[in-house]
Amino acid sequence: MSKKEKQIVSKILFYIGIAILIIPPIFVFVWMIMTGLKTGVQNIEYPPLFIFKPTLENFKAVFQQHNFMQYLINSTIIAVSATIISILVGLPAAYSIVRYHQKKLSIGILIARMTPFISYLLPWYIVFRRLGLIDTFTAMVMTHLIITLPMVIWLMIGFFENVPKELEESAFIDGCSKTETFLRITIPLSMNGIITASIISFIFSWNQFLFSLILSGPRTRTVPVAVYNFMSYGKIDWGGIGAAATIIVLPVLIFAFIVRKKLVEGLTAGAIKG
Amino acid sequence: MKKFKDKISFVIDKYLNIIFPAPTVIILFIIVIFPIIYNIYMSFNKWKIGLGDPEFIGLQNYIDAFSDPRFWNGLKVMIYFSGLSLSLEIILGLLIAVYLNREFKGADFVQTVYVFPFAATPVAIALIWRILLNPQIGALNYLLSLVGLPPSLWISSTKTVVLSLVMVDVWKWTPMITLIVLAGLKSLPQDPYEAAIIDGANTPQVFWYITLPMIKPILITALVLRSLDNLKEFDIIYTITQGGPGNASETLYLYSYKTAFSFFNGGYGSTLIIFVFLIVLIFNMVMNKVRYRVEL
Repeated sequence: MSKKEKQIVSKILFYIGIAILIIPPIFVFVWMIMTGLKTGVQNIEYPPLFIFKPTLENFKAVFQQHNFMQYLINSTIIAVSATIISILVGLPAAYSIVRYHQKKLSIGILIARMTPFISYLLPWYIVFRRLGLIDTFTAMVMTHLIITLPMVIWLMIGFFENVPKELEESAFIDGCSKTETFLRITIPLSMNGIITASIISFIFSWNQFLFSLILSGPRTRTVPVAVYNFMSYGKIDWGGIGAAATIIVLPVLIFAFIVRKKLVEGLTAGAIKG
Repeated sequence: MKKFKDKISFVIDKYLNIIFPAPTVIILFIIVIFPIIYNIYMSFNKWKIGLGDPEFIGLQNYIDAFSDPRFWNGLKVMIYFSGLSLSLEIILGLLIAVYLNREFKGADFVQTVYVFPFAATPVAIALIWRILLNPQIGALNYLLSLVGLPPSLWISSTKTVVLSLVMVDVWKWTPMITLIVLAGLKSLPQDPYEAAIIDGANTPQVFWYITLPMIKPILITALVLRSLDNLKEFDIIYTITQGGPGNASETLYLYSYKTAFSFFNGGYGSTLIIFVFLIVLIFNMVMNKVRYRVEL
């Protein structure tokens, strides 16, 4: 073999390796969509069908029989509220941590991230039951803050550190107060970061299952609990599960695609810098 | 009027380091610190949720845990599940990252695809895996048969259930480790590599003596980070097996959930939760020590 042929062969081998590495993630998502597009009979056929005539019946049923639109709206209300509160409360906190090196506060936030969620759930369940707040948006948004607020603060610490201090200082010399500097200089300069943090916060709230499982009810049920409930209808409706899963996952994948570069940073926030 | 405004902004400026984080501190105290304290208090009590008042019993719950076979089973399953999935995720994540660490057409596409498994809603993904793992109609057994392998019972057998759950966890989280390590590899200095190639080192040698030592701190960080969530994995296990068959896949975390919310045993449930918390805490402290030593 000539050198050139060798290069081509090694390139082909490399891309075969790439194919092996990306088929497993893609396959599961494709299977999810295919399950949603098959009829009940097709879904329990063995060997499994790879080629079939797709039907939209499952998607129709998910909305018409299972009231899915309501759950999508609930999830959106909760995720958006938790995100807005986290941004409003978290931005000043993150700014203060960066500018005043408040290490203790940042450790407190890390502890919030480390604590098992169930240890929040039991006390909250008891308190909310006493106050009659089970199955209310207040309870849902409050508990989702446990996840979104630390996430937003950690992310914003990273973004604020990248805002040049000189710009803030010159605004300060021009007579702006510190608060004005924060609002007029730092915030606009960090807009990309704020959007990224909001999207990641939204994804995490949207995906939350455990809190909603216990604290939600018919009025505030979120999509993860709604799709989980497909399992308990006696005879398992695979097509419905596939369709519902597709509907839930799709917005997440779109958002994840938008923030893909920052998503890993969001998940590792705080840990990498130690 | 203007003077008054000036005065307010002067006060805010002066105490900015208190006023800015105050709402966060208050919220964190209410939603985080209060429940933790309540949990510790509860663990010293005997209490059926919804039935009467808690009764103080000292350390009895803690003593009971040690003679509870389900506690030990939970611990065993937790160590088995987490030990195996964490090691596989770190090893595979590292190897894949090294493989991807070069310039090629489609690199962006691969990295985008790798974001999806860990971003996607865990419950939805777990349900799809439940279909794939079904011993009668599942696609996985069909794929095994295509390559001439015997079918597996997957989640229906006590022998393979934890391994199946490990597989789902590895599927979901290896991509994240890969992306973390890949970002780390890209930031490594190039000089040691050039020197090694001039000295005639082969690929395994370069990996073992140059890449691995340099990437170690990032690997440990990734492990610490992953362990935070892995030790309290709930969504996947609860959705796919609920701890079954029998208690074969019931981790301590899942058992503590069931104790509190299926058996309504508030006091004992809190105790089990504290055990989980301690395990997570101790593991993290140990790993941080290791990381500190490696970085020196």
